[in-house]
Amino acid sequence: MLRGRKENTSTELQYRALSDQALIRAFVLPTIVLLVFVNIFPLFWSLILSFSNFTAKFPLVWGKNPKFLGIEQYIRLLADPAIWGRFITTAKYVILSVGGEMILGFGLALLLQIKFKGREVITTLLVLPMTMSPVIVGLMWKLFYDPNWGMFNYLLGLGKIDWATDIKYNLYAAVIADVWMWTPFVMLLALAGLGAIPQYLYEAAEVDRASWWHKFTKITLPMVWPLLLVALIFRTMEAFKVFDIAMGISGRGATAPQLLSIYLYDTAFVNWKTGVGSALGYIVLIMIIAITNIFIKYLNKAKQ
Amino acid sequence: MAAVNRKKVSVTRILVIILIVIITFVYMVPLLFVIDTSFKPWTMIKEWPPRIFFKPSIAPYIRIFTARTVYPPGTTLTQEQIDNMTWYQKIVYQESNEEIVRRGDFPLRYLNSLIITVVSTAITILMATFAAYAFSRFKIRGKNDILFFILSTRMLPAVVVLIPIFLMFRKLGLGDNHIGMIILYTAFNLSFAVWVLKGFIDEIPIEYEEAAMVDGYTRFQTFWKIIVPQAMTGIAATAVFCFIFSWNEFGFAFIMTKSRAQTIPPWLPYQMGVLGYDWGAAAAGAVLFIIPALVFTIILRKNLVRGITFGAIRK
Repeated sequence: MLRGRKENTSTELQYRALSDQALIRAFVLPTIVLLVFVNIFPLFWSLILSFSNFTAKFPLVWGKNPKFLGIEQYIRLLADPAIWGRFITTAKYVILSVGGEMILGFGLALLLQIKFKGREVITTLLVLPMTMSPVIVGLMWKLFYDPNWGMFNYLLGLGKIDWATDIKYNLYAAVIADVWMWTPFVMLLALAGLGAIPQYLYEAAEVDRASWWHKFTKITLPMVWPLLLVALIFRTMEAFKVFDIAMGISGRGATAPQLLSIYLYDTAFVNWKTGVGSALGYIVLIMIIAITNIFIKYLNKAKQ
Repeated sequence: MAAVNRKKVSVTRILVIILIVIITFVYMVPLLFVIDTSFKPWTMIKEWPPRIFFKPSIAPYIRIFTARTVYPPGTTLTQEQIDNMTWYQKIVYQESNEEIVRRGDFPLRYLNSLIITVVSTAITILMATFAAYAFSRFKIRGKNDILFFILSTRMLPAVVVLIPIFLMFRKLGLGDNHIGMIILYTAFNLSFAVWVLKGFIDEIPIEYEEAAMVDGYTRFQTFWKIIVPQAMTGIAATAVFCFIFSWNEFGFAFIMTKSRAQTIPPWLPYQMGVLGYDWGAAAAGAVLFIIPALVFTIILRKNLVRGITFGAIRK
């Protein structure tokens, strides 16, 4: 449509097309400049840092701080069994929390397909946890978990389990809070997917006297699957780098769950190993890209 | 037969509705417990089993707003001294035997959260509306690549860019600074806002603008007088989302701010009172902090799906 206008040769419109170019620049450039300044430039900077032993604690002395180590730092990190231990803990966290969210979220969405008075109120109430601050959700759950005056153990009759600071349980404490917070996310996407299924498919199945299970596996699931995958991708990416819920519940250091993301923060900003932190950050980044790419491949297949 | 069938259906229906209501109630329990705790009198907070019903006290809310010292043991105040107290001093004295010495840090942190969130949201929306309009209406070389670039900045683990930003801001004097935080949050939300707003502007028929331009409006006038009013609902929804994101943000604030520009999320969980962690005050602070986000969520509910998928799914 716009191209059509530009082909018009009247002088007034040519002037307008020219000012369009200026307008585009004025409209788009501020955004691009800010993103380059705050995202892209730092991204390359930390890539360079990741090959060095730089520490932000001491002043810059070329050749000493930073001293360039090349690929050595990555090799050292990837050979460190402690890192792999944290990676496994993180993987456990991601699988348990995202798995729980997918099952519960989809289940809730299936139940909420029934239309009734007050359905919207219920949906809104269920969605509330999602829009709270994760660290405050962590704090709330810390209170809820407290073995001496919290409700959690009391309601479930669990005795005096110290969910927040006992390293046997604190990972699961974070998983439960994460599931509580993010199940509504999956539920909302699943509801959007379920709402988009054309009714005539069910009516046709009804004519064929298809069983409930048959309708579910042959109509509902395939139709919602792409949206469930979108939810899965979003949640996996987020869960992989999450640390605020866990930090709200367990704080940091020895009492915190041994997640990669918390370790990353400690390395970069507590122990001030800036170079090592950057390298770890890149390892996490590459892992996230790899995992999401696998999911996106499935998504594209599912969409066909 | 048909009647029996219908009856069966309506019975399952009612059972499912009851189930949904029960689940929703259970789901709300952690939140309700925090609200409950925020009104608990001092002596009941550490009771076992936890008490649910009690005469509510406003004291936790007074405690989160104030800094206090405990009266030395054995101190007895004269009746006159008690009579001279303000109502809030009296409540705190009677409940936890504390003296209010000054205003607490909570109001300032809350104000920081408010200033940083509101200003960054305003700037984000301004920049994003311009950019989204340009991306929606013009042919721009490499448009899809630029849009993907914009989106990808949001997907990065924050910590990868946070290290250089920390170094850069320290050099520029933007550490623990309102302007620094506003820049960060604006950049953080910009990619999201551009994507969602582009979706909203795409939906406005281009014919309106063409008619206006035929009438002699300049490009900017059509943008300002036609597009912006038409997209107002979308702009408002996007602004509310940006508000919620910045309001809740923890990672950046935790690293970048120490005191002067510190917001609530990195502050509230790490507050130790003189009597140990004051759960009543913390719960009161949490309740006050989540209220804006909850209110906005209720306003937003129709646009939630659209927001959380960056505009990919338009219900």
